[in-house]
Amino acid sequence: MMGIGRAKSGAPRTGVDWFLTFMRVAILTLVAVGILAFIAQEIDTDNPFARWANPDATGLTGAQFRGLIISGVAQGCMYGLIALGYSMVYGVLGFINFAHGEVFMVGAMTGMITSNKLADAGLWESNFIGSLIFIVIVSMIVCTLVAVIMERVAYRPLRGSPRLIPLITSIGVSFFIQNASIVLLGPAAKAYPDVPDWVKDKHTFIQIEGSRILVVVVAAVSMGVLWYLVEHTKGGKAMRAVAEDAEIAALMGINVNRTIVKVFAVGGAMAGLAGILWGILFRSVIHTTGFLPGIKAFSAAVVGGIGHLGGAMAGGLSIGVAESVGPLLILEPLGVSGVSQLRDAVAFAVLIGVLLLRPAGIFGERLPAEDRT
Amino acid sequence: MTATLPPETGAAGASAEPPLAASRPALAQDWRRLVRMGAVGAVAQVFIALSNMPVRLDERVIVKPVLSLGYLTLLIVPFAAGHRVGHQIKREGMPQHAAGAHEVAGGAACGAVAGGGLSLLAVLLANFDLREPLVNWSPMLAELLAFGNATRFAVVIWLLIGAAVGALGGGLRLLGPRTRRAVVTMALAVGGAAVLEPLVVDLAEGMRLEALTDRLYARRGGINWTSALGLAAGSGILAVLGRGRIQQARAHIAELEGAQRTRTNGLLILATAAVLIVLPLFAGKLTNELLANVGLFVLLALGLNVVVGLAGILDLGYVAFFAVGSYSAAVLTAATSPRINPELPWLVALIVVVIITGLVGLFIGAPVIRMRGDYLAIVTLGFGEIIRLLFLSDWLSGWFGGSQGITKIPGAGIFGLTDVAGTDPRRVFYLVLAFCALAIYVSWRLERSRLGRAWMAVREDETVAEAMGINTVNVKLLAFVVGAVLGSFSGAIFSAKVGSVFPNSFLILVSIVILVVVIFGGMGNIVGVIAGSAVLIGVLGGPKQPGLLAEFSEFKLLIYGALLIWMMLARPEGLIPSVRRSRELHQQEMAQDAWLKGQVEDDNHDDGGSGPQATPAT
Repeated sequence: MMGIGRAKSGAPRTGVDWFLTFMRVAILTLVAVGILAFIAQEIDTDNPFARWANPDATGLTGAQFRGLIISGVAQGCMYGLIALGYSMVYGVLGFINFAHGEVFMVGAMTGMITSNKLADAGLWESNFIGSLIFIVIVSMIVCTLVAVIMERVAYRPLRGSPRLIPLITSIGVSFFIQNASIVLLGPAAKAYPDVPDWVKDKHTFIQIEGSRILVVVVAAVSMGVLWYLVEHTKGGKAMRAVAEDAEIAALMGINVNRTIVKVFAVGGAMAGLAGILWGILFRSVIHTTGFLPGIKAFSAAVVGGIGHLGGAMAGGLSIGVAESVGPLLILEPLGVSGVSQLRDAVAFAVLIGVLLLRPAGIFGERLPAEDRT
Repeated sequence: MTATLPPETGAAGASAEPPLAASRPALAQDWRRLVRMGAVGAVAQVFIALSNMPVRLDERVIVKPVLSLGYLTLLIVPFAAGHRVGHQIKREGMPQHAAGAHEVAGGAACGAVAGGGLSLLAVLLANFDLREPLVNWSPMLAELLAFGNATRFAVVIWLLIGAAVGALGGGLRLLGPRTRRAVVTMALAVGGAAVLEPLVVDLAEGMRLEALTDRLYARRGGINWTSALGLAAGSGILAVLGRGRIQQARAHIAELEGAQRTRTNGLLILATAAVLIVLPLFAGKLTNELLANVGLFVLLALGLNVVVGLAGILDLGYVAFFAVGSYSAAVLTAATSPRINPELPWLVALIVVVIITGLVGLFIGAPVIRMRGDYLAIVTLGFGEIIRLLFLSDWLSGWFGGSQGITKIPGAGIFGLTDVAGTDPRRVFYLVLAFCALAIYVSWRLERSRLGRAWMAVREDETVAEAMGINTVNVKLLAFVVGAVLGSFSGAIFSAKVGSVFPNSFLILVSIVILVVVIFGGMGNIVGVIAGSAVLIGVLGGPKQPGLLAEFSEFKLLIYGALLIWMMLARPEGLIPSVRRSRELHQQEMAQDAWLKGQVEDDNHDDGGSGPQATPAT
């Protein structure tokens, strides 16, 4: 029940503890050697250390490296927005809403449908910004509804049951939404309409694609709005109170049920926004779109310290950068071939590594009262 | 129909029921609840219709000219809504209303609202182009909804059908428990006969009993309506005559003790084994294939049952062990394996496979074992994905063939006697059966061993278990290893059966399907897990394997998802629950019940606010 921290002082160290220590050291060594090999490579690809680690080392140019970091940051912003939903729900109810990734997928799907309809009507090209705001609003509304219905149907009846029960239910919800998307919209990948040139192309002055800038700006603005909502409004105060201790909050006259619905609604809206950002970045959506970003966003929430809003965003950024830079920074110099295929594996490895090294995340977790033992 | 029935005492535990209050007048409905349920039903109807389920399943006839599976999917929702709307929450010490015209009228109204969803859909289909985002419904849907007539007809007829079916659903509440059981048995008999059609026909051919099946089933599938009536009548009579017999027999067995009980159990097991050994001899290729698939999933489910059911560790990456088992068996036996190909005989390879998978179990288990239960679930899921991605990657394609996988795996040779390969599903089934027997024996002995009790203690309360002197870390690790080894058996047989392994066979959804099977059957109960796999994998099919309802293949994963949610909400302990597990799940309710029974007089508030709404297991 107490995370996986080191064995408490005084307790005998078992084989498992030694194994875990070994794993921790191994992970850190691997990362360190990889980075050293990368640095060696960057200094000179014919460097004996670089050659020893990877005979066909090529190294990265500065522009490539910057491109990787920027794409990592843009994706990280998206993960951060999804992670907010995981983090807030975990903070209030103490369970992982596994289906949150599917809410994000629903957002991306809604955006795809709406934007294609707008493109048919000719509005997408003539008024891109206006259409974008429109699809963001539609997608946020739809996702809020999905999240709220999900809470009402699947999670509310299970409040107070053993903690794995809602988790299993949420897996069922996720499976159901994914397959509902297949049977309604078909199993093929679906494309967003073409975006204007200024979004697609690299900006001449700063050499960054417009879509990435757009994503970062939108994420930053919505993060600010959310921070204001949670820290400075009455509803946000209620959320924090329920997260702190639901029973006491109820005694103070807070409607706990309504607050929990609000938490789901806010999380759903953020996931809807992230879905549109996905659409702008990748311009294609399929029923499995929600699965991997969902898991990565959960990892982000853990990395940042679950229950922590700023932490979720920071975690999202670190996961995004890690998965885009990590394979080339650590695996490639070590002589692993075909590293880009392993980026998802790297994202999972980051999650496992964080839980091994620092289970409470960077900023420490904020858990509901019952889990704080 | 009589309006008031004497309160019949049904199953055990209903001895002290309060008297029934008079039935309510037909129009005194809770209209808000009624419309809300009807609207939910209408949405469900539209969803089912647009998912193309009715059209795809229309080919599968249940009762020859009258009813196809496609129409059944449209009728089931209004029926359920009509039945559900008359549900009264049982309040301890409060009188129940007697069922009467109120239930029928409510059911009809609710069913009509639900059926109205289809009326609306018919209008939408006729006037708007829904094809743009919703690509899956076929053009035949409109025709099917209108029975070949104009749209106007469809609007009226679905309101009427909804009302009629809803009234039937509400009317079910009028029947006494005995009659209701008979009706349900009749429906189950006809439905079961229809679902089992391919199996029965196949077996009948093997046993030269075609005359019988020709009478029962129509030539192009479906039960003849005459035989359906006969079947219903027969099963109804049996249900009325045999009521309580099964329960008596069960109670009788439960009362037995010591040697007598062992003997009865032994006889039952022998009889089952005999049926399972003799049955495939008469069955054709398809049936044997089906049986083999079910067996493979029983094996997997038994393995997961040790981890989830006994030790209470939610392992979402169970497919990893299946994958490692398959791949290591393939590498060890196939001549085509890229890097190492010792071409070991299958049985020798199996020993190595078990060792490898056990080690992988240790390796995956060790880092996650200290984590909180829910983190553990996600991390094991991550491991499951990592293992698949590694098998898929170019990096290791020199060892495992990457996305091309490993092909031309030889069949499993057993002491040079036979060679078990996918071309002969009967032999595969016997091999699977042997391993299932082993797995059942192992899990049965484990459950009753010191280790099994330690697992259950850890499941119920880890802190207390530790305080009792159980080394929780080692015990949980062992659960991982045992589960991994059982999963590897299935993997090794799978690779020999299919003859090739690809990373695509080991998606996370395999883990989830196995989890649904275990939960549906009853976590922690061997019989439940076996029944769960037989019903779900046999009828709906596995992730890639077709079941008896092959037409369902598009929709089975959707149904698995819905089933998982429904099971967790309504019956988290599964169909055939393990006694301990269900006590654990309903602790709170049972405590509440006991408390209520102690002070019924001065307590009249009961909103059942927290805890699952399931009924305590009796």
